Amino acid sequence: MRKVAIYGKGGIGKSTTTQNTVAGLVEMGKKVMIVGCDPKADSTRLILGGLAQKSVLDTLREEGEDVDLEDVMKTGFGGCSCVESGGPEPGVGCAGRGIITSINLLESLGAYDESRQLDYAFYDVLGDVVCGGFAMPIREGKAQEIYIVVSGEMMAMYAANNISKGIKKFAESGGVRLGGLICNSRNVDNEEALIKVFAEELGTQMIYFLPRDNMVQKAEINRKTVIEYDPTHPQAQHYRNLARNIDENKMFVVPQPMKQERLEELLMAYGLFA
Amino acid sequence: MHQGSDEKREHGPDPAQFVEEVVRDYPAKVARKRLRHIVPVSPDGQCEIQANVRTIPGIITQRGCCYAGCKGVVIGPIADMVHIVHGPIGCSYYTWMTRRNQAKPREDGQYYLDYCFSTDMQEDAIVFGGEKKLKAAIREAHEIFRPKAISIHATCPAGLIGDDVVRVGDEMSKELGIPVFGFACEGYKGVSQSAGHHIANNGLFKHVVGRKDIPPDGYAVNMLGEYNIGGDAWEIERILNRCGISILSTFSGNGSFDEIARSHTANLNIIQCHRSINYMAEMMETKFGVPWLKGNFIGIKATSKTLWKIARFFEDPALTQRIEAVIMEEEAQAGVEIAPYRGRLAGKTVALFVGGSRAHHYQDLFKDLGMKVIAAGYEFAHRDDYEGRDVLPFLKVDADSQNIEELKVDKDPERYRPRIDDEKRKRLMAEGVISTYGGMMPEMDKGAVVIDDISHHELEKLIERFKPDLICSGIKDKYVIEKWGIPSKQLHNYDYGGPYAGYLGAVNFARDIDMRVNGPAWGFITPPWKKKPILEAAFGAAA
Repeated sequence: MRKVAIYGKGGIGKSTTTQNTVAGLVEMGKKVMIVGCDPKADSTRLILGGLAQKSVLDTLREEGEDVDLEDVMKTGFGGCSCVESGGPEPGVGCAGRGIITSINLLESLGAYDESRQLDYAFYDVLGDVVCGGFAMPIREGKAQEIYIVVSGEMMAMYAANNISKGIKKFAESGGVRLGGLICNSRNVDNEEALIKVFAEELGTQMIYFLPRDNMVQKAEINRKTVIEYDPTHPQAQHYRNLARNIDENKMFVVPQPMKQERLEELLMAYGLFA
Repeated sequence: MHQGSDEKREHGPDPAQFVEEVVRDYPAKVARKRLRHIVPVSPDGQCEIQANVRTIPGIITQRGCCYAGCKGVVIGPIADMVHIVHGPIGCSYYTWMTRRNQAKPREDGQYYLDYCFSTDMQEDAIVFGGEKKLKAAIREAHEIFRPKAISIHATCPAGLIGDDVVRVGDEMSKELGIPVFGFACEGYKGVSQSAGHHIANNGLFKHVVGRKDIPPDGYAVNMLGEYNIGGDAWEIERILNRCGISILSTFSGNGSFDEIARSHTANLNIIQCHRSINYMAEMMETKFGVPWLKGNFIGIKATSKTLWKIARFFEDPALTQRIEAVIMEEEAQAGVEIAPYRGRLAGKTVALFVGGSRAHHYQDLFKDLGMKVIAAGYEFAHRDDYEGRDVLPFLKVDADSQNIEELKVDKDPERYRPRIDDEKRKRLMAEGVISTYGGMMPEMDKGAVVIDDISHHELEKLIERFKPDLICSGIKDKYVIEKWGIPSKQLHNYDYGGPYAGYLGAVNFARDIDMRVNGPAWGFITPPWKKKPILEAAFGAAA
């Protein structure tokens, strides 16, 4: 089983990209589980068709010790299993600690067991690596490969660079590797070239360039992935391509995060003002 | 430097040489830092020492945390309040009566000292926030016990997840109609438990002091910084009452919410533990005009000296006469009773590493016993406790101290009442009666060593080189010391003994110390087979 974590700046489209890509993988016949690591618990909405799902932490709170995998796991599009960690309402408690608790519980419930014959487990993680809890999926080998969703906007690249620092830190102890950057286009000038150079500078690759298309939003309003909503649409093919690239990916590296100045230089050379 | 070669022979190793030796094993940076904390007392008594700064990681400190200082030391002993710890159970359990502070219920029967109240935070409360659980705990405590007031104490995890105990306290006050107040005393604040003392002082001053006005009474005083370990406060009370002085409230041993609420009407604050409570004395003086004097009821002579100070403050011939009579009688009695112990203890050496005031207080008692203090140090004191309050204007306020709120206090427009006029104030200050504390170091013998926040290594070196007959400290190092074959007396919780304050306490202490120091057990530390061969045989060749 390949354990994949998707990181990236908040609002960049991690959940959307993850679910659309996973739809491509299940179409290929892969068995996939998505573990949502966001307190908002909205990482599996498109796969489940909007089906409300009880989060691991809510279940744990209500049921106490006696939790079964079936209580927290739902099956969605193409047989994809979906789990949401959940977490506290905004402004209270510790969501990071929640993710640690949740992943440990999933492990002890056998969510990752050989017997389930999963090809992939995807972790969809909230925003930046703000504290230890959000690094949980990349600690202790919970996830082995990371993809960072990025765009040509400066803050997205800044966040990607920061996440790379986190990966580098845990790469030394936990064996986690960066698999590449997914460019989720924001129609920034020169975006593809910029992210390619940015990826090279980090020592990795741009694994796919996703053009911007309103079809994604349209499918999302209908609580579906593009592949499910309109399988013949060109955007569906893009997600299939990304899924294939990830499936065939052989390039796993320890990233070399850059200094702030170097990042700014890149933007000047290739970005908006080039 | 080495003018005292005679001294050297008399008191053991040369202190300067000892200091050098102690830091030799440290990395250069650590040595440089620790050198500022290890100071031989100079002949003029004018020494500078560094204190109240971060402990160097790994040196095995004696220190405790902010929460321990607030809940464990200052607030916990108040017996007619419910004290709820918001945190995991360990923090609650380990501040539950471990200091042996004693109390008796008053007429209303409210007495919760034996209970341990905790929100018992678990993972669920950490993830989803613990404020709901805390409120439920407060309601539950209120329903079951109907206490007159409730305090809440924050532990590290509660602070880390952003639970706001102060706000919860305010909300619950409104809901329940009794004072409920929170202390944001998370363990990680400050550099030692000292931060917690300050936070506790602020909270008591804001929420309790001044709640209830009563008519002023001539010789009503407060005992500040007396925690009634082993019953000390009761012995002090006995003596003061004999003199005709009444104690309005004690902060906080045998403490009572109602008594603290009216403490601002007292005419004098007597500070026992300067470190933990000086904030309160200053704030009460600024707001209500209550003068303070630093006393010490540990030791026969020290107790008498403190009583004299009180006599000089009130300047009432009748009171002075009574105090004089009490001193005469009690001193004579105690003197007779300690004489046999003194005979066996005189000349023995002792080192004290404890607290933020006790290492000073007990030196007076050891003087009564004829014992010699060769080294002393505090665990969490500030420079003024070592060098005296004259040093206060020169203290550096570092980032760690800035984290602790400094209350801005003004004169109470209605209730401020000057107890003495300016002329008398000036005179008493000049005479060293009120508003002054000279600190520990000027009263120590030259050549003695002062070590702040002593490390394990330094303690072992000290034992090796000075071989003191007794070391007074706390539980963390007690058994380390005793494994060296040196008796150790805990001056935090008094082991199982006390009271040691006042005249009767001094006799108790003399008896305990005699048993400890002169007990035969120490003679058996080195097993017989290390002293002489136990197998006897002749060479086989002769046979």
